[in-house]
Amino acid sequence: MWYFASPLIVYGEDALSHLATLEGQRAALITDVHLVALGLADKVTDFLRQGGLEVVCYDRVEPEPSLELVKEGAEFLLTHSPDWIVALGGGSVIDAAKAMWILYARPDLDPEAINPIEHFNLRAKARFVAIPTTSGTGSEVTWAIVLTNRAERRKLGLGSREAIADIAIVDPAVVMDLPPRLTADTGLDALTHAIEGFTSTYHNDFTDGLCLKAAKLVFEYLPRAYRFGKDDPEARARMHYAATLAGLGFGNAMAALAHGIGHALGAIFHLPHGRAVALALPYTIAYCAQGEPGSTRYAELAYHLRLPAESEWVAAKALIEAVTDLMRQVEQPLTLAQAGIAQRDLEREMSVLIDHAMNDTQTIMSPRVPDESELQALLWQMYSGDISL
Amino acid sequence: MSIPFPSDAWIKAMMEDLNQSQAYAEAAKNWEGDFYFIIEPGGSLDHTVILYMDLWHGKCREAFEITDPEARKPAFRLSGPIQTWKKVMTRQLDPMQAMMTGQLRLQGNMAMVMKNVRAAKELVESCTRIPTIFPV
Repeated sequence: MWYFASPLIVYGEDALSHLATLEGQRAALITDVHLVALGLADKVTDFLRQGGLEVVCYDRVEPEPSLELVKEGAEFLLTHSPDWIVALGGGSVIDAAKAMWILYARPDLDPEAINPIEHFNLRAKARFVAIPTTSGTGSEVTWAIVLTNRAERRKLGLGSREAIADIAIVDPAVVMDLPPRLTADTGLDALTHAIEGFTSTYHNDFTDGLCLKAAKLVFEYLPRAYRFGKDDPEARARMHYAATLAGLGFGNAMAALAHGIGHALGAIFHLPHGRAVALALPYTIAYCAQGEPGSTRYAELAYHLRLPAESEWVAAKALIEAVTDLMRQVEQPLTLAQAGIAQRDLEREMSVLIDHAMNDTQTIMSPRVPDESELQALLWQMYSGDISL
Repeated sequence: MSIPFPSDAWIKAMMEDLNQSQAYAEAAKNWEGDFYFIIEPGGSLDHTVILYMDLWHGKCREAFEITDPEARKPAFRLSGPIQTWKKVMTRQLDPMQAMMTGQLRLQGNMAMVMKNVRAAKELVESCTRIPTIFPV
């Protein structure tokens, strides 16, 4: 027995106007100061008010949301008692808002203890709308929540099956002006979701098609979205949909080792999430392909992406080349050194990185799970650019 | 020689396996907390069996069958019917999926669990290595 979870997805031109149809008393808009400054928060507020909702706004969400921040946001919710929570932002905002939603229902809970086993009865207090303003996170359609324990310098892969939005509004208009670097970072996050969702040990028939379609869209449209931005609205829209499709895929099949390593790197070196997981991806493909023969799905994945796929090894090699070629097209770092991490810093932080990556909830979904020495070797390969296969 | 599950001999065999496992020692080096594994009746098993394990920083310090449920106050309790335990131990059912779908019930400090998922994985790996006879 397993589940496939999805919100109602409202997508396409003017999807944002669906907000005016929400019925209730009060909406809490959770966002960040940049989206307020860009006027997007006002646009959302206007639609919510058109529907007759009172709107209160919490705009203090920061990148890599901390345990302290979500507790503060939950206090805001407890003060204002909304019956709708509307998250407007990238993955940090949406993940933080989901955690606040849980603490709103369960103020006694330690946010580190958010888990997929307990029942929190979230909808007794409020329902949830997610509006992604980047094209990559997929958080609008997943129940995953990544929070940062600042004291331990660790990202925690948490989640609750209940903490999935009731409605995801996927409106390409809100990402038209996304800067190129953010387009690349988040777009490669979507690709990593698609590839890891297809190859994780939780992959299933309900998610495979979503992951494949998302991967195809990213390979085709990310370079255009990166290069032409709002001058290529088709590429912008297809990337926005690709991110949501990948979110549905990996959200119901889990991610894997590149995410486990990416979370650890992100928390220690403050690399943007998408950049960190994408950097790890080709190296983890090479690592997994050298495991037990037949234990990966790279041949099937490569076949569907029209890459050479005669064997697992050939397919993995072709996949690595396709991923690294895409990363070059969008000017992403291919090594930790290129990402600005010094050798001495990597040496100093190695044991912490290994400890956190080893115990990340995504690492154990990998078709091949490394031990400490293998993980250390992988991180050094990522530093030097040695993708051994 | 296969060992009947659930039994005192079986949990002691698992203790021995865990204490020889480098993978478990690495994965569970931060783990603190003892367990009741509560196996509920089914098939020819006509009563609940409780197996106790004291897990501490990558080692198992004690393991035995409990006859009095009040004998210890463990940090964690994992319970479910014998059929579900068998599916998990024979790799027919993923332990996390078993817990998420309510087929196994876990009580205890969930923050500790979420930060040490690898330890839980290695614990299950150990179960699968014990030659086991299940009740019919």
